[in-house]
Amino acid sequence: MMSINFVQAVLVVFLLFALSRVVLRFKERQIKIGEFLFWSLSFAGAVVVVVLPGETTKLAQLLGVGRGVDLIVYASIVTLFYICFRTYIQLENMRHEITELVRKLALEKKSK
Amino acid sequence: MKTLVVIPAHNESAKIAEVIRDLKKFGYHNILVVDDGSTDNTGKISQKCGAKVVTHVVNRGLGAGLGTGFEFAKRNGYNCLVTFDGDGQHEAKDIKRLLFPIQKGVCDVVIGSRLLAQKGMPWQRLIINHISNFSTLMLYRVRTTDATSGLRAFGKKALNQIKIKTDRMEVSNEFFWEIRRNSLKFLEIPIKAIYTEYSEKHSHNTASLWQAVYVGKGMLLRLFR
Repeated sequence: MMSINFVQAVLVVFLLFALSRVVLRFKERQIKIGEFLFWSLSFAGAVVVVVLPGETTKLAQLLGVGRGVDLIVYASIVTLFYICFRTYIQLENMRHEITELVRKLALEKKSK
Repeated sequence: MKTLVVIPAHNESAKIAEVIRDLKKFGYHNILVVDDGSTDNTGKISQKCGAKVVTHVVNRGLGAGLGTGFEFAKRNGYNCLVTFDGDGQHEAKDIKRLLFPIQKGVCDVVIGSRLLAQKGMPWQRLIINHISNFSTLMLYRVRTTDATSGLRAFGKKALNQIKIKTDRMEVSNEFFWEIRRNSLKFLEIPIKAIYTEYSEKHSHNTASLWQAVYVGKGMLLRLFR
C-alpha cells in the first residue's frame, strides 16, 4: 500500500485546494477554458509529482535530464519565464488602453 | 497638400513659443501641440501662439502624444503629417525638404537623419543612437542611420496604415516596424540638429542607458502585441 509522509500530505491538501479554486473560478466564468485547462493540468500534475516522486525520475531519464527533481526545476523556470512574459504583454496592453482613454478624452474635449 | 505639424510636448514652456514661431515663419500654420500632461504652461503658451492644442489629462509618453497627433490628423482630413520636437532641436526650414519626396510620390515616409551629414552629436546621444539603430536592425530588420530622430514626415498612405501601439520612447523604433509591416517606402534625408544646453538638459531624463534598456524591452514586447 502506498504511504505518504506529512509534507506530502500538506502539499496535496494545498494543491487540491488550489484546484478547487480553479474549478470554482471557471464555474463563475471568471477564467476562460484555456486558463482553466492550463491551471487544472498544472495542479493535477503537481499532485501526481508529490504523490509519486519516482515517476518524475523515470520521465526525466526518458528526456535525458537525470533526476526527477531537476526536471521539475527546469520546467518550473521555463513556466515562470513564460508567465512573466505574458504578464508583461498584458501590462503593456493595459497601459495602452489607458492611453486610448486619455486620447479619446483629449480629442473629444478638443472637438467640443 | 494639407499638412499638419505635430509637436508632442511635456513641460516645454521655455521653448514651445519659439518653436511655433519658427514653424509659422516658414509657412506652417497647421500646428498641433499635444500637451502630454504638462505641469507648466505649455498648453496655454501654445494656444496663445496660435497652435491647436489637445491635452492629455495625465502624462502618457512620447508614443501616446504622437498617436494622438495621428488620430487628430485622420479625423480632420489631413493628408500629410510631420512630427517635430518641442525642445527647439529641429529647424523648420528642413520640413520642406522632407515633404518634397512625399509630394512627388517617391515614398510614404521620410526620416530626418541627424547623422547622415552632420557631426557634433553629443557622445552620450551618439552611443544611445547607435544602440537604437542596431536594435532596430536586429528586431525589426530595418536599416536606419537615425532611429531616434524626432523629425519625420508621413504621407497619406502611411498616415492611414501606421498603428502606434507603444506609448513611450520606443515609438521612434516602432515607426520602422510599421514601415516594414505595411511595406511602406521610406527615405532618409540629412537634417541639422541644434544641441543647446536646454535640449541636452531636457534629454538627460530620456537618453540614459537605463532608458535604453527600458526602450529595448518595449521594442521586444511590441513584436508580440
